Amino acid sequence: MIKKTAHLEKQQQRNTAEEFLKGLWRENPVFVAVLGLCPALAVTNSAINGLTMGLATTFVLVSSSTLVSLFRNVIPKQVRITSFIVIIATFVTIVDLLLSAWVPAIHKELGAFIALIVVNCLILGRQEAFASKNKLGLALADAVGMSVGFTFALLSIGMIREVLGSGSLFSISLFGEGFEPWVIMILPPGGFLVLGFMLLFFNWFAQRRKEKGGTKN
Amino acid sequence: MSEVTEHNEVTQAPEPSSFRLIFSLGTSGFFAGLLLVSTFIYTLPLIEANKAEALQRAIFKVLPGCETFITLEIVDNKLIEVSESGPGSGETSKGSESSQVFAGYDNSGSLIGFAIPGSEPGFQDIIGAIYGYDAAGEVIIGFEVLESKETPGLGDKIFKDPDFQTNFTRLSVEPEILAVKKGKKKNANEVEAITGATISSRAIVRLLNNGMDEWKELITAYLQENNVAIADQKQAHD
Repeated sequence: MIKKTAHLEKQQQRNTAEEFLKGLWRENPVFVAVLGLCPALAVTNSAINGLTMGLATTFVLVSSSTLVSLFRNVIPKQVRITSFIVIIATFVTIVDLLLSAWVPAIHKELGAFIALIVVNCLILGRQEAFASKNKLGLALADAVGMSVGFTFALLSIGMIREVLGSGSLFSISLFGEGFEPWVIMILPPGGFLVLGFMLLFFNWFAQRRKEKGGTKN
Repeated sequence: MSEVTEHNEVTQAPEPSSFRLIFSLGTSGFFAGLLLVSTFIYTLPLIEANKAEALQRAIFKVLPGCETFITLEIVDNKLIEVSESGPGSGETSKGSESSQVFAGYDNSGSLIGFAIPGSEPGFQDIIGAIYGYDAAGEVIIGFEVLESKETPGLGDKIFKDPDFQTNFTRLSVEPEILAVKKGKKKNANEVEAITGATISSRAIVRLLNNGMDEWKELITAYLQENNVAIADQKQAHD
């Protein structure tokens, strides 16, 4: 009996870890699921913008998933989407107000995109597909994993674009005067280019791993 | 596991009463409102302070060479200096912003011009802006957007596009300012609109014209009353 519970616990732990890890790589919201592209393309013209957007989304996703998971048996099925949106919109407004109070410069830079977190399909998708059907621990692991994956994606796109487009990283100049910045990288087309190359890399990587697995079997 | 519980729920209560639906939505709405109000109350003073700081920075920017400024307010159809607001004291947020203008002076104490805030509905939301007005030359000498939610990539060029900013280095306000297509500027009172953002560009022109309608006579009267300032200004221009 004791052995059985220990086994169950272990399995649950592994599940939690797995739910967390899947968002980082295997089901990365941007590079694999290709969700939340609007912020991933629009605000990643510098590393700090990408990071802030990622953290704002993290706050909204983790808080919403917590609430939705806690109240998953109380919210009637018929009004679940409406309730999710009320919850998500509340946290988005909170993060909007907090950012404009604490970091007005970045808030001005991100502009309308903070308010647009509310329609990020990644967030509503996680509520409907996961948080509303799972216990708090698992829902949290899933939300944190997805958020870290999303932030990682935005930060890496932002870093690449800032280094190439402005010759700096987190506003610290990297190259000397001789560097001619590749301006298109911080303009909208640069977002598409970088995202396209990263998707290419991720798909190539996934395919290679699959092929390797195939030869093993 | 979760599928089983779902199934039970469905068999036990196939159709929850509409009261329950309304109640659960009402409750979530109530707590959402509570959370929002408390966040709003917490952030309001911080946001106001940020705005006041941004306004000050904008005043120095739209009046090139400005070192100090005084705040003027309408009292009995006249411009009166607001006493408690010394130059750069950070008191600019007091009183409603639309009823105040700021007179900027350079380091020798001569008048550069007036920074006039205004707001106008743009494409998505109210655009808040401030511009510098040189009363002696009757020209606009600087322009800065304080608040806007215009479309990223199009409407937000009103503050991101350096070409648009060059419209306001010496823009005549007499006769009324007009918006023209890009590259078609002929007269000193014309603003080259941003391609693809006509509504935002026109909103800016409206904002400038409305501001001049409201303030021009008041400023002229104020200058006549304070002869010293006028003399200073003439000197600066001669």
